[in-house]
Amino acid sequence: MQHISINNNQSIALSEIPELIYSEFMKGNLELLSGKPERHCVNYFGYKTSGSIKLICCIADDVVHQIFVSSAIVDAVSILPSFTAQNHNFEKFEREIHENFGIPYSDHPWLKPLRYAHDRFDKSQVIGKYPFYKVESEELHEVGVGPIHAGIIEPGHFRFICNGEQIMHLEIQFGYQHRGIENLFLQKKKLLERTTLAENIAGDTAVGHSTAFVNLWESLCGYTPDPSLDFARTVALELERMANHTGDLSGVCADIAYQLGNSVYGRLRTPIINFLQEWGGNRLGKGLIRAGKINFPFTQTLADRLTEVFKAYEPDFNEITEKLFKLPSALSRMEKTGVVTYDEVLEIGTVGMAARMSGLNRDIRASHPSNLYGSILHKPVIKHHGDVYSRVQIRKEEIRQSIGYLKQLIANIPEFKKSEEFTATPLSDRFVISLVEGWRGEICHCAITDHSGNLVIYKIKDPSYHNWMALAQAVRNNDISDFPICNKSFSLSYSGQDL
Amino acid sequence: MVSFLLIILASLFFMGFVIRTKSIASGRKGPGILQPMKDILRLWKKGSVYSNTTSFIFQIAPTAYFTSVLMAILMIPHGSNPGFISFDGDFVMFAYILTFGKFFMIISALDTGSSFEGMGASREALFSMLVEPAFFILMGSFALLTGHTSFHSIFSLLHYGSNISYMLGVLASIVFVLIAMIENSRMPVDDPKTHLELTMVHEVMILDNSGFDLGLIMYTTHLKFAMYGAIIANFFIGMLPLEISIPIFIGIQLGFAIAVGLIESFMARFRMGNNPQFIFILTSVSLLIFFGVLLVLGKFM
Repeated sequence: MQHISINNNQSIALSEIPELIYSEFMKGNLELLSGKPERHCVNYFGYKTSGSIKLICCIADDVVHQIFVSSAIVDAVSILPSFTAQNHNFEKFEREIHENFGIPYSDHPWLKPLRYAHDRFDKSQVIGKYPFYKVESEELHEVGVGPIHAGIIEPGHFRFICNGEQIMHLEIQFGYQHRGIENLFLQKKKLLERTTLAENIAGDTAVGHSTAFVNLWESLCGYTPDPSLDFARTVALELERMANHTGDLSGVCADIAYQLGNSVYGRLRTPIINFLQEWGGNRLGKGLIRAGKINFPFTQTLADRLTEVFKAYEPDFNEITEKLFKLPSALSRMEKTGVVTYDEVLEIGTVGMAARMSGLNRDIRASHPSNLYGSILHKPVIKHHGDVYSRVQIRKEEIRQSIGYLKQLIANIPEFKKSEEFTATPLSDRFVISLVEGWRGEICHCAITDHSGNLVIYKIKDPSYHNWMALAQAVRNNDISDFPICNKSFSLSYSGQDL
Repeated sequence: MVSFLLIILASLFFMGFVIRTKSIASGRKGPGILQPMKDILRLWKKGSVYSNTTSFIFQIAPTAYFTSVLMAILMIPHGSNPGFISFDGDFVMFAYILTFGKFFMIISALDTGSSFEGMGASREALFSMLVEPAFFILMGSFALLTGHTSFHSIFSLLHYGSNISYMLGVLASIVFVLIAMIENSRMPVDDPKTHLELTMVHEVMILDNSGFDLGLIMYTTHLKFAMYGAIIANFFIGMLPLEISIPIFIGIQLGFAIAVGLIESFMARFRMGNNPQFIFILTSVSLLIFFGVLLVLGKFM
């Protein structure tokens, strides 16, 4: 047995994960992935254990709805062959392992620091000396954007190599926003502190990350949540998806300078986030999701309010969408801009919208359902062109889908129990992996506890982690002036990547 | 004299009307009509910051740009009232005075050494170069029609021939509206509202300008709009007396501002690579005017 096969949110004893020697570990995992587009690596990380490093690799299979977990013990000195040389899905993971533990890979093509973690292995690597890819040519020129941007966005540096107006290559550098979230999870002992941390992994995915955390935590404690809690989480996730998709449509309109779309979609986002505020006191859904309890039960009054919100939202949304998708000047900006092909997304290992835009069916709601998604029987929205237009279409259709799901959900509100303090503690020597489809894509949290039930490692993977590479691919051979619209159509998180 | 004062007056309100139109079109109330001028006054009260890597070119460019437009305005007549400067062939000087100012802006953008500003400068140079044939074919056609080569005599004699000259005037107005949009880097060629340095044309060239200089450049944009509005008005004023021609002038400036606002509200901007094709439309419309003139003159018989 090369690996153990588990479900999403299933807690297993750490000793159940097969421990292989590195060469077998590598061979086994690469074999699992080769020629199987329905499988992808959801997390691959290492942690220090008694002087050596334990690597854990989790590969999700969307057809059998299982996650295959295996592990290997290595030391930080011996030179290892890299997974990346054979499968580019692992590129970021191995860069991270190299940065944190200094494992010298012999054939990794792109062994650059990932996020300049505070506890990185090689402290001489500083963010100011990031080794950018260079092209020596009189014809080409470099354009550097950021880390301080003109708009109100997060810090990240984009280095373009251009031939006139055409982008030849884009390299994206991160690390300016590294906060050490994963270490903070170990340092902060209180559950409330940890939940708050999870809410702040990426500000626009507060519900997504906190749901991933509480699902994981309850499983780690061996606690089965009440259906009302799952109900609240599913409703909140769909509301967050709607709000962010609407906001992104507004952003895309702003980037193509379509003022009407920008202002109408911008206005439509407000009632959705205001509804979240009415429900839980915060427009981004912070404070709403808690392990084992909910401080703000979803009542019939709220359901009526939500129905009213939809009544006002839908006609306006349909009208402006009709206009936008028929406006020739807008279509000419979106179609065939920023194309990423099926083969490329498969190679990069993108998740969420960045996979579904090119015909790659990756949606955790359907493949590894958590909370109430199992009963919804979600059908992912798949597009095939991989351009800005596909990404915008996915948003449009997912908003309509979310409205449908929400209407279906609030027709049948479960009984909410009185909120009680959650007292269960994590079991000892456990491993849990939690997958949630946030609005941007698959969110993966992993946790391991030691023999006294303390966290040994808490590992977070935001959907942006892989998807940034898809953006870098998308802009190749496009006009540099089309970069903003490509960037907005992916709408990725800097803080989710930097942690 | 009349035309100079009218253009200055129009420049104070023009952008306010554009912004108000856009606000109303997007369902907002919008700022006051004088708000853009208030912003410029605020900038004029400030000092400028100069980067160490720039030379004197960067410092004189805004002034050169401003004065070039001011000088071009001096050449514009108002119907039967000639501008301050008026001689045969003055429209050639008009075009190149404007280009002179633009040239200074381009080298000042290159002077900063920023890669964004270099990109903006190259776009600006390309687009203005493509606009040039349209302007000359158009003015040349009218020179052919009237048999004169100065702004004043062309405009005052335009409507003596046939009524078809009003049709030509409408076509010429379309060309000038579009020239004004391109020269001022407005939609659909460029979006002045964007904050994205990679997609801008004119705005990116002035990223390093601040305070007084920035105010000067912004006011020059207003002046240029009013100037093109005045040229358009001239196509219709002819020899009308002042008490009729001034309301027509104001009406045309207002219509022009509203048209700019509406275009910017209800369409997306073009892909940068498609802009040259769009600008060539101007040349073809100018050629249409040219053939119209040949028809009027009976050259096809």
